[in-house]
Amino acid sequence: DTHWQAITPENPELDKVAPFRDATHYNNFYEFGSDKSDPAEHAGQLVTEPWSIKVDGEAGKPGQYSVPELLSSDRLEERIYRLRCVEAWSMVIPWLGVPLADVIKRLEPTGNAKYVRFETLERPAQMPGQRSRFGLIDWPYQEGLRLDEAMNPLAFLAVGMYGRVLPNQNGAPIRLVVPWKYGFKSIKSIVRISLVEDQPETSWHQLAPNEYGFYANVNPSVDHPRWSQATERRLPNSLFHPNVIDTRMFNGYGEQVAYLYRDMDLGKYY
Amino acid sequence: MIRVWRVAVFLAALAPLLWWSWHVAMAAAGPEPGRYLLLNLGQGGLILLLLTLSLTPLTRLTRWKGFSVIRRQLGLWTCSYGVLHLSCYLLFILGLDWSALGADLSRRPYIIVGALALIILITLAITSNRFAMKRLGRRWKSLHRFVYVALALVLLHFLWIVRADLTQWSGYALAGGALMLLRLPPAARALSRLGRRISTPRKGSGHLES
Repeated sequence: DTHWQAITPENPELDKVAPFRDATHYNNFYEFGSDKSDPAEHAGQLVTEPWSIKVDGEAGKPGQYSVPELLSSDRLEERIYRLRCVEAWSMVIPWLGVPLADVIKRLEPTGNAKYVRFETLERPAQMPGQRSRFGLIDWPYQEGLRLDEAMNPLAFLAVGMYGRVLPNQNGAPIRLVVPWKYGFKSIKSIVRISLVEDQPETSWHQLAPNEYGFYANVNPSVDHPRWSQATERRLPNSLFHPNVIDTRMFNGYGEQVAYLYRDMDLGKYY
Repeated sequence: MIRVWRVAVFLAALAPLLWWSWHVAMAAAGPEPGRYLLLNLGQGGLILLLLTLSLTPLTRLTRWKGFSVIRRQLGLWTCSYGVLHLSCYLLFILGLDWSALGADLSRRPYIIVGALALIILITLAITSNRFAMKRLGRRWKSLHRFVYVALALVLLHFLWIVRADLTQWSGYALAGGALMLLRLPPAARALSRLGRRISTPRKGSGHLES
């Protein structure tokens, strides 16, 4: 079918796709260590085949799914999104995957389903960060979205990037991408999707509730208690061009997602 | 002999700076070279501070006076790393946005604590020369004890940046704590006794005080 739309970046100078090497060697994936270079260094040990995703909770079609089963016969789309990390840096990354809404629809949420909860693999033998004695995260890593957020057309399940299969350090074999929220919401290496009635606990919120909320929408006017969120460093940068730019509300995707939060005080629900 | 040590310390402290600069110049420092320098300088400064503070216990243990001569040199390097660390923060993280600096200084505890530590280190560096020692007399020693406060502030500064894993921080905190314990009078006396016991039998083998 003729379903395509070419992209004209709003700011061609700034909205340049990050080099593959940067997007795959500068990662936060604490399961493999807390240094930005740790995931690229250690994620090679992770075995992603076979992979099984457990679907449970308020779903008409619960069960164990392989990645191809979960994606069914959906065609992969490319989505070029800005990724804004809560640490105040950002990159532009081309993902390959399917809209999350298509997958959720097939799982047939019941009337009680209000939230979607996601869980990352817990396998200390292949994930050195999970073996750390001084780690503060309570494994497995967990994240969540409100059901209407999950059904928004921008929410995406990625299985590839840069036209190839997802590297382990970027969340192979399947990960979430929610471009209007801070990067930590985009959970990696998913092994469980639960449709639930109550708002699920999320890992960073559990660790520091005053610093990380459930919503975690990109919001320049709500600072992280330890640093400002008003600006970000667009990467890659250089010593002569630090690329410090203004952060935009909802990471610039307000037109598509602002309606989700119409009556909410985003200072309170950060 | 001491001159050789001085040159060695100079080269050893300079080498990481050249190594990191080389990495940045070769585009091997990742997508955010400014942050790469910032973090390495911060961590390097902390290591230098711990090394500086290890010289007094080492002098007690080995009874070699040379350590106290390179102490000032290492202290000055610690301060230099700190100043470079601050410069990286201003240039590459804030992009020289002075209003952002004001906001950080008024609101962010880890920045305030880091700034206080650096003020102490700079004060100690300025007063580390013979002239200041003479001028300050007995007060010099009490002033330079503030290096312990600087260590505590630097560790706190580091702790408040950690997001999810305390492994590295714990190592530095443990080292810092041990160096402080060795300064407690009973520990210091025990260390000196041990030093005497080690060095007496070897009296004939020649000391390094030259």
